Amino acid sequence: MTEGNGNNPGNVTSRAHSPVPNEDLGKSGKTAKLKIFRGDSEGGQEVEYEIPLVEGMVVLDAVLAIQAEQAGDLAVRWNCKAAHCGSCSAEINGRPKLLCKTRVEEYDGEEIHVHPMRAFPVIKDLVSDVSWNYEVSKAIKPFHSSEQAPFTMYEEDVERLYEPKKCIECFMCQDVCHVLRTHHKHAEFAGPRFFVRNQWLEMHPMDEEDRLGDLKEDNGLGFCNITKCCTEVCPVDIKITDNSIIPLKERVASEFYDPAKWLMRKIRGNGSSRNGN
Amino acid sequence: MQRDENTNGRREQYETREHDVLIIGAGGAGLRAAVAATRHGLSVGIVSKSLLGKAHTVMAEGGIAASVGNVDPDDSWRQHFMDTLKSGKFLNNWRMAEIFTKEAPDRVYELEQWGALFNRTPEGKISQRPFGGHTYRRLCHVGDRTGLELIRTMQEKVLATDSEIYMETTVTKLLKKGDRVVGAVGYTRESGKFIHFKAKAVIMATGGWGRIFKVTSNSWEGTGDGVVLGYDAGAELVDMEMMQFHPTGMVWPPGVRGLLVTEGVRGEGGLLRNSEGARYMENYDKEKMELSTRDVVARANYTEVQEGRGSEHGGVFLDITHLGYEGIMKKLPTMYEQFKNLADIDISREPMEVFPTVHYTMGGIKVDPETCATNVPGLYAAGEVAGGLHGANRLGGNSLSDLLVFGRRAGEGASAFVGESVHSADIEADAVRTEIGRVLEPLEKGGEGESPYLMQQELQNAMMEHANLMRDGDSLKEGLGKILALKDRLPNVRVGGSRLFNPGWHTAQDIRYLIQISEIILRTAVQRTERRGAQWRLDYDGPDEELGKLNFIVTKDGQGEIGIERREIPPMPEHLSSLFEEEKAKA
Repeated sequence: MTEGNGNNPGNVTSRAHSPVPNEDLGKSGKTAKLKIFRGDSEGGQEVEYEIPLVEGMVVLDAVLAIQAEQAGDLAVRWNCKAAHCGSCSAEINGRPKLLCKTRVEEYDGEEIHVHPMRAFPVIKDLVSDVSWNYEVSKAIKPFHSSEQAPFTMYEEDVERLYEPKKCIECFMCQDVCHVLRTHHKHAEFAGPRFFVRNQWLEMHPMDEEDRLGDLKEDNGLGFCNITKCCTEVCPVDIKITDNSIIPLKERVASEFYDPAKWLMRKIRGNGSSRNGN
Repeated sequence: MQRDENTNGRREQYETREHDVLIIGAGGAGLRAAVAATRHGLSVGIVSKSLLGKAHTVMAEGGIAASVGNVDPDDSWRQHFMDTLKSGKFLNNWRMAEIFTKEAPDRVYELEQWGALFNRTPEGKISQRPFGGHTYRRLCHVGDRTGLELIRTMQEKVLATDSEIYMETTVTKLLKKGDRVVGAVGYTRESGKFIHFKAKAVIMATGGWGRIFKVTSNSWEGTGDGVVLGYDAGAELVDMEMMQFHPTGMVWPPGVRGLLVTEGVRGEGGLLRNSEGARYMENYDKEKMELSTRDVVARANYTEVQEGRGSEHGGVFLDITHLGYEGIMKKLPTMYEQFKNLADIDISREPMEVFPTVHYTMGGIKVDPETCATNVPGLYAAGEVAGGLHGANRLGGNSLSDLLVFGRRAGEGASAFVGESVHSADIEADAVRTEIGRVLEPLEKGGEGESPYLMQQELQNAMMEHANLMRDGDSLKEGLGKILALKDRLPNVRVGGSRLFNPGWHTAQDIRYLIQISEIILRTAVQRTERRGAQWRLDYDGPDEELGKLNFIVTKDGQGEIGIERREIPPMPEHLSSLFEEEKAKA
């Protein structure tokens, strides 16, 4: 052998077989019932499914087990199954949740109703059409710096940017935001997710773009009346209202509603001064 | 353009979309290729099986390897090159490794230029952390979510180009005219509607095929579509026997089995212990201990459990408690949350239970190192779907830089090809119609049949049992028998429901890829009768000098069967081989 381990291979055939986990481990003997929305843009209804409950099972495990064994065409989005990608957003008992991060046991004694996100058009079952978010994203001025990387930036200059950068684009903040969910202002309002993106762009020490005018006009920052619903549902704990939206509102206010700046604009025309860090 | 076609006795509509370059896959490699091609003013289409930004790149945690030398100034591309080849047991394509290690620093700086944010050193530079098999601290990182930073930066960069992005769209066939690839057929998952993509060049960037195993860190997407589409179009594949088992996947509870625990944990000083409390790595690699290469650590973890020194749930213990809560929240916050939420484990107070999980595919489509061109004109490949760079074992952190270095080169290569191209991408309508008919079969044939989900589970169990990280000839052959039996049953797959976002129907497409790849892996693993990197044959004693000089090249032969050629690795040029000689002389 080449690498140190002097162990004798022993019983060759058995060692070539992976130590298989005991399939019975974790089986609780109990079952879980889920009522899942089945339907499409035309409408639909809840269907009840029952499956064996396994220890530590998350709602996504349950949905995938139902898909494999009872309802092959049950539509659900998922990818990483580790709360890193933000694909499996849906609503459990009316609250936006990542299906992969929500344990079935959390609902002990309660009924579990699983529905697609409601702030967007339903495609089928648990899948809704979130493409609008990508259009909003595309319209935001991207990062721009005329200086050449590698940049010299110190931890203390950038540490507050790590928080907005954590966003996994699950769009649950968009789903819960009443400006979108109740008032359907999709055409005039970018939503919390994109205030989070604007925040790090505006606060990045090397970025040279100015997005405050866009935030005020195209992104409808003023529609937000800071009810903090978005912060409550964020699965990566971004303090969206306090750390993204309010600082942006302050910058917009000082840029556009400061009488001295207003006068400067009148004199200079459209000249907008960059609101630095 | 809408065109009516008659399929299965019914008028079948499909759309035709035309691009200079069609990129299949929207992870790091595909997106970087798109940036390169759009800079040449070309029309670029990007097909993504998922939503944009959800590709498996997002799961990379520990960092991106590049010898920028910010914390260890002695680092150099030469040392990175040597580390990469040693880890790959010299099966690597040395020219790919040379290009890769020389260009990786530029690709990292480019990310920073485009807005990516890495952790900083006290001097205000990009911070770097140690990782298994890297001589120096080399992984640029941001906490344990470096892949998210990379893909979000690339996604936002691509959104600012005029690339057209086909989200949740699956390609099922490459179209050829004579020898050349001239497009593809695919369908939109949302609606089930078909698209004929006409393209002057196609870049394959579809990632790996971890889903052939039951315990894997890969998402549902990792079904190896690209490698089979390429193989069917005549592309050569290389090193297909080499599957990487990541040493540390979660084991408990059952639903998270296989979920990745970043190598960053060991990079930050995490210790491996068995149920007897022993730091057993000293028996496997006394010098590097927990920071040995992935193949070695994975085999160690496996052996400890196999020999009865495992945990209650069949794992070993990985302990990072010495960092304390504050340190963990700074360096490994995602891991903290992952264990807290999914396993009720507070990793600042107790160790994690871990076991190897299928993670990465070293093998793939064989490409030209300079341009990422395959042997099929008009077809390019980059990222995990391409083979050659990593040889018999990939170093942690080399994947993210691979995506960017060769994603860019594929974009440049395909653009140059398009620039010289005077050929039309027209094909006979028959080819599209036949493919649509084939894809619809499991949905429309009717009658009782087999579930694609259950067939996939059966395949995954067979591969777990017979092609795991310890292999032997008899077991591999037994596994091959099981896979061939599944292949015979493939035409019996039936699915219910409509074409509207129907995962059962999608899985019916995937299963064909899974079976084809499994057969290729088993056949090449039977032939590599030695212990080298990820291929560890228990029925052979060690590495075989002759086998160490060659790669197994797989192509589809005239009868549609798997052809395996033993191809000699060309000798390393003087300026590279001398690096190893100098090192030897120093030691």
